[in-house]
Amino acid sequence: MRLAFPEDSVGLVRPQMLHFSEPLTLACGRSLSDYELVYETYGELNAARSNAVLICHALSGHHHAAGYHSPEDRKPGWWDSSIGPGKPIDTRRFFVVSLNNLGGCNGSTGPGSLNPATARPYGADFPVVTVEDWVHSQARLADALGIQQWAAVVGGSLGGMQALQWTISYPERVRHCLAIATAPKLSAQNIAFNEVARQAILSDPDFHGGHFQEHGVIPKRGLMLARMVGHITYLSDDAMGEKFGRELKTDQLNYDFHSVEFQVESYLRYQGEEFSGRFDANTYLLMTKALDYFDPAAAHGDDLAKTLAVARADFCLMSFTTDWRFSPARSREIADALIAAGKNVSYLEIDAPQGHDAFLMPIPRYLQGFRSYMNRIAV
Amino acid sequence: MRADLDIIQEWIPAGSRVLDLGCGDGELLARLREHKEVSGYGLEIDPQNIAACLDKGVNVIEQDLDKGLGNFAANSFDVVVMTQALQAVHYPDRILEEMLRVGRTCIITFPNFGHWRCRWYLASKGRMPVSEFLPYTWYNTPNIHFCTFKDFEALCRERQVRVLQRLAVDREHRHGWASRLWPNLLGEIGIYHVSRR
Repeated sequence: MRLAFPEDSVGLVRPQMLHFSEPLTLACGRSLSDYELVYETYGELNAARSNAVLICHALSGHHHAAGYHSPEDRKPGWWDSSIGPGKPIDTRRFFVVSLNNLGGCNGSTGPGSLNPATARPYGADFPVVTVEDWVHSQARLADALGIQQWAAVVGGSLGGMQALQWTISYPERVRHCLAIATAPKLSAQNIAFNEVARQAILSDPDFHGGHFQEHGVIPKRGLMLARMVGHITYLSDDAMGEKFGRELKTDQLNYDFHSVEFQVESYLRYQGEEFSGRFDANTYLLMTKALDYFDPAAAHGDDLAKTLAVARADFCLMSFTTDWRFSPARSREIADALIAAGKNVSYLEIDAPQGHDAFLMPIPRYLQGFRSYMNRIAV
Repeated sequence: MRADLDIIQEWIPAGSRVLDLGCGDGELLARLREHKEVSGYGLEIDPQNIAACLDKGVNVIEQDLDKGLGNFAANSFDVVVMTQALQAVHYPDRILEEMLRVGRTCIITFPNFGHWRCRWYLASKGRMPVSEFLPYTWYNTPNIHFCTFKDFEALCRERQVRVLQRLAVDREHRHGWASRLWPNLLGEIGIYHVSRR
C-alpha cells in the first residue's frame, strides 16, 4: 500500500453521479427519458463560479481523468499528466469537471444500463449519440453544478471535437477552448478504420445483435480485434519500430499462424485482451459512430469558418508531428478557419515521436504550452 | 524596449488587423494590442518564442514561413509585418509577394549588408563579416539571403512594389543625419513600408 500520493497529484478522488429526469432529445430523433451521468471534480469552485474547466474524454475514456480511486491504485486517471496542483490545468486555480459521456460504459447511462421501458439492459437498443448530444448533456451537468460559463473546455481527439462543438452550440458559455490532436471531421481513412473495428465486433458470434448481456457472454474476440486496429492508429510507425522493431518472442520462427512470434503481435494481443475485459462492445460502436458523424461545418455549406463564426471563445490548438490519425494538417484546418473567422487562436505543432497517443504523455514542450495557455486564463 | 518597434508601431493604424511573420516573443503584437487595439496573429517556429507569445497572451501560430502563406486569404490583413526575417527565409522574393497578397500594406525590416562595416570587413579581411550585430559564421548562420538597401529596392522596382516609407537606422534604431545622407553605406537596418503599386 502506498503511503502518500505524489505532491502534484489531486490524490484520492471519488466519482459522483447525477440523475437527470428531464428528457433529452437526441440528434437521431429519439430521446432519453431520464439518464445518469458519472463525473469527478478536482479543485474548488470559486465564489464567482468563474474557474470551472470541463474535460471531455476521447473514444475509450471516462470520468476518471486525474488522481487515484484507492491508495492501492497502480495507475492514476487518464490525463493525470496534465491535471493537478502545479500541472498545466492547475487545480489550485481551477475547478475541474470530468465526466463519462452518455452511451459510455463507466457508470453513465449507456448500453449496459437498464432500459426503463423494458426493464432489460438497453444493449443494441441504446440510441446513437452524437458529439452535439454529449455537449447538450454536459450543459445540463454544468447547470446542475451551478456553472454558467466554463473558463475552459478542454479535450484531446474525440474530446477536442466536443470542446469545439461547445463553442458552436453554447458560444456564451465557453471562454477558452483547448482542442488537442483533433480534427474538424473524420477523413475517409479515419471512417474506414472505424468501420473495420465495428465489423470486428458485429461479426463476433457472441455479439448476438448487441444483446449479448442477455446471453451471458461478451463479444471478446471482436472487441479485441477492434482495439488492435485502433491501437495501431494511435502509435506512429517510428514509435512502434522503436518499441518492438521486428523482435521475436522466441528464438526461432514457427511457420504457423497461431503462435505469437513478433513482440508487436504480443503487445497488440495484450492491449486487445485487456481492453476487451473492461470495455463494452456497444459503447465502442456508439463512440466510433459519434466520431464518424462529427462534421459541424456540414450544416453551414462545409464552411468551417462560417460554422465557427458564432464562437466567442479564444482557442488553443495543439497537434503532434507524428500523429497520423489526426495529423497536424487537420488541426491547421481548424486554425485556418478560426483565423478566417477573426477569432483569437494559437496553434502549436509539437515535435513528438509518439503518434496520436502523444496527447496523453508528459512531453515537456506540450505541457509547457498547455501550462502557458492555461495560465493566461483569468478566473 | 526595441526602438524599431516604436517606429513600426507608428506606421500601423489603430484597430488594424495585423499578421506578424517571425513574430519572435510577440512583443510587437502585445504592444499593438495594448496601445492601438490591434488584433492579429504572429507566425513563429521557435518553441521558446512560441512559449513567450503564449505567456504574453499573444495569438501565435506555429508556421514555417518557407512553406508560404497559402492558408491566408488575399487582403485578409491590414498590415503584414516581418522584422529581421527576410534574410533568413529561403525565397525572400516569394515571401514578399505573399505578404503583398495577404496584406494591404507591409512592413519589412532587415540588416543592410551594404553597411560600411560589412564592406570594410569583407574588403580588408576577405572573409564574411562577423560582428556583434551579425554574430554568426557563414556555415551556421540562419541568415541565408543578405541584401543591401539597393538590392531590396531593385527587387521592389522589378516586382512593381511601391515603397511608401523608408527609414535607415543604426543598430540602436536611431536615424541620424548620417544614415539619412548615405543610407546604403551608413544604415545598419532598413525599415520599409511597402504596398502593391
